[in-house]
Amino acid sequence: MTNRYIARSPEIAARLLADEMIIMSVRDSTLFTLNPVATVIWQAADGSTPLREIVERKVCAQFDIDPGAACDDAEAFVAELASHGILFLSDQPIRDLATPAKAVPVEEHSWAR
Amino acid sequence: MGSLSREVSRKALALGAPFNVQLDITYRCNERCVHCYLDHDDHGEMTTAEIRDVLDQLAAAGAFSLSISGGEILLRKDFFEILEHARSLLFSVRLKTNAILMREEHARRIRNLGVQQVQISIYSHRAEVHDGITKVRGSLARSVQAIRFLKSEGLRVIIANVLMRQNAGDYPGVQALAAELGVGITIDPTITPKMDGDHSITAMRIPTAVLKQVFNDESVVGDVEKFCAPPVPAGEKELNGYSCSAGHTACYISPYGDVYPCVQFPLPCGNLRRQRFLDIWRNSEALKEVRSIRVRDLPTCSGCSHVGACTRCPGLAWQEGNIRGPSTADCEKSYIRTGIPSANMIAKAGTAPEIAFTRLVNITRAALGAAVH
Repeated sequence: MTNRYIARSPEIAARLLADEMIIMSVRDSTLFTLNPVATVIWQAADGSTPLREIVERKVCAQFDIDPGAACDDAEAFVAELASHGILFLSDQPIRDLATPAKAVPVEEHSWAR
Repeated sequence: MGSLSREVSRKALALGAPFNVQLDITYRCNERCVHCYLDHDDHGEMTTAEIRDVLDQLAAAGAFSLSISGGEILLRKDFFEILEHARSLLFSVRLKTNAILMREEHARRIRNLGVQQVQISIYSHRAEVHDGITKVRGSLARSVQAIRFLKSEGLRVIIANVLMRQNAGDYPGVQALAAELGVGITIDPTITPKMDGDHSITAMRIPTAVLKQVFNDESVVGDVEKFCAPPVPAGEKELNGYSCSAGHTACYISPYGDVYPCVQFPLPCGNLRRQRFLDIWRNSEALKEVRSIRVRDLPTCSGCSHVGACTRCPGLAWQEGNIRGPSTADCEKSYIRTGIPSANMIAKAGTAPEIAFTRLVNITRAALGAAVH
């Protein structure tokens, strides 16, 4: 895995629902749901942390996954999201996104039932 | 709705998350539409800071889709500050506006802030009809100009065409206008009683025979045969389900911080000036009651042949006086679609034969194809 950087596009809507991230592209209203592992990568996509570090420090620390396989899966995953325009990929740190989004801590999902 | 959307909706329901929220930021309006269910005075709107706090609470509660509506949203001087804050919290934002104040620079800002969709009310392609409904001369031209601004920025625009007696025959013209502008259109024959309980405006609902024509128009409903097919008997799944998402995964917030299950269901659940949103969402007795009602608990509707496909609105039922009762307008829609009377209609014919039976006969005659204008 080369040193790649990933950053969330500002042209999305997103919310964490339980442990899955729901994402909608503003461009074409395509809806995506990310599983818990992908959600961890998405949440760490700050433009300045290399993907390799995200996988090693976040994914492998939280999930019982083989590091090599995790890196391969992460590369494929970020490439796919980038192809939909909801994630930016670069060999350099990514700065100056148009509308930086706040991280919203979602309260425990045990509202009514 | 796509399969992924259905899956997300099911998940939101299972979690009890307030996934879809409509927030009206003002009831003030620069139009005076004859069928409007709101008054247009300011009784103490939430301040900018209060609305920002409400948005923070909604995001933390898991709300995803946010419709910002009114009144006319552009009448609030802090509209863009509210919108900017909503987008910074990553809501999927839909705007509802008459857009007569919309300028090119507004459209550009809305585009740059990543709004998902803008819905604009157009009642007719004819200025005399549209402006006659809005009571504002020149409003059609201004709304259409705004649509062009928004389209030129690449935004997704939907025309909302509410049908009433005044414009019932004009929807093909509005469809043509939407096609010319390259935007979508929704056609809706629902006229809602006023929020204060006044039902007088429901007299503007389009005549039965006209609604029958609309329901048999492929350009509106798609596959007419399927849309008008006799109802399929409901199974356990339908009977254990809910009439709609109001109060389950959706809610409505007024400009004064009042929380209701839906804009069409003004059952008071709490106020955000006195309580936190999640306190209302989790603990409101009114919301608990709404959530407790499954289709099988509806005394009349559960035995109705239409129950599996009915568009029963619990809000309209509540406004008719019984939260577990039928919503008559939807009974009539089911009957007009299929020619099969609802259980409610049959029951009414049984208890008040002269009045109700006469009404059924009238509907039947209309349904048999008489063109009524």
